Amino acid sequence: MCLGFPGKVLEIGEFTAIVDIAGTKREVSLAMLPDEIEIGDYVMVHVGFAIAKMDPKEAEETLKTLLEYADELDREV
Amino acid sequence: MPMNWIEKFRQKDLAETLLNRINNSLKSSRSYKIMEICGTHTVSISKYGIRNLLPKHIHLISGPGCPVCVTSQSEIDAIFSLISEHDVMLAVYGDLMKVPGSGGENLLDLRARGKEVVIVNSVLDVIKLAASTKKEVVFVSIGFETTTPQTAYLILEAHLRQINNLSVLLYNKTMPEVVSLLLKDEHLNIDGFLCPGHVTTVTGEELYYPMVQYKKAAVIAGFEPLDILQSILTIVEQVNTQKFNVVNNYKRVVSGSKNIKAYNLMEKVFEVSDAIWRGLGVIPKSGLKIKEEYAYFDAIKRYGVEIKKYSEKKGCRCGDVLKGYVKPTECEMFGSFCTPENPFGPCMVSHEGTCAAYYQFGDECE
Repeated sequence: MCLGFPGKVLEIGEFTAIVDIAGTKREVSLAMLPDEIEIGDYVMVHVGFAIAKMDPKEAEETLKTLLEYADELDREV
Repeated sequence: MPMNWIEKFRQKDLAETLLNRINNSLKSSRSYKIMEICGTHTVSISKYGIRNLLPKHIHLISGPGCPVCVTSQSEIDAIFSLISEHDVMLAVYGDLMKVPGSGGENLLDLRARGKEVVIVNSVLDVIKLAASTKKEVVFVSIGFETTTPQTAYLILEAHLRQINNLSVLLYNKTMPEVVSLLLKDEHLNIDGFLCPGHVTTVTGEELYYPMVQYKKAAVIAGFEPLDILQSILTIVEQVNTQKFNVVNNYKRVVSGSKNIKAYNLMEKVFEVSDAIWRGLGVIPKSGLKIKEEYAYFDAIKRYGVEIKKYSEKKGCRCGDVLKGYVKPTECEMFGSFCTPENPFGPCMVSHEGTCAAYYQFGDECE
């Protein structure tokens, strides 16, 4: 329903930003982005609009949880 | 770095860990019925073969989460009437192009006959298109909460810049009412929901509070294989303990709060209206209409578009698929009279349609 693409913020204008989505530069609207962004941040882009700022710390936390599951499984084996 | 994350959330060894953990958590005495509401989840589940990797106790059912699929046949037919009767240029998102009208033709056929139908990736393209032509441009707006604020932005921008040759055929639908309908459906009896990650960036977690009240697991999930497996595990654990709460497993994108900026855009331009869904019929207050203040941009009013009250095409079981009553493979037309190359119903047309995902990735009947 709502395919999103992560993009790295390269330039920030008044209403739009230039982001790098998998190597392609695209202008995206910031009209519905609730967060402040800086150059180098990552945003999730849906139909030409940044819809959310991404949080690298949370990505690492989730992966850490999954790695802990793997450790637990190793111990059980 | 996100490209790196994408790879990290596809790691095979961690997928195996999660599958093991899911297996170890299962209670042999029961089955687990899990519905994914989002079409993007449907595609991921089929693409990564997740359905076939899971133990038989777990049944993944697709819900009404593909916007093109839930657009009623009467709404689709109204697009064809509009372009046949008026000299307009249509702007559409790509997945609408192959949806057949009741007459059998699709928008690609109309384009081959000389009608102007332009595929856009964003409403930003629609603004450029309308500003570059004197022709009347009609944007067909289909989508849920993640896609609706953009259409509100389009209308506000057209109003501000006086782009008067633009109008919008608004078919957008909203999630809370259909979620409520699914919860009340005794025939379905879902144990837990994989909740749509990107919709939640707009609606916030509150969309799922009713699920928990109905004693269903509600887990917000991302779209990579590990995201989906982790969330299935969370659902299984909640069902086992019968302790239900909304869990956000997609915190790298979803904060959990409602996006006020997006709602401000929508509330400025739209008001609540009844909507007709394929397979589900009219659901009160599940749609939107353009407010009187911006009525000038309403294609329904500008061209006198009439949307009748029928929901689906005869012989097509897309409606039952959307409600999770049948699997695509249970439809007699699946793979014979209805294929992605020659689709009969929209569930086979849209990339996110359940039938298309089953067909393309060879999901088998359990």
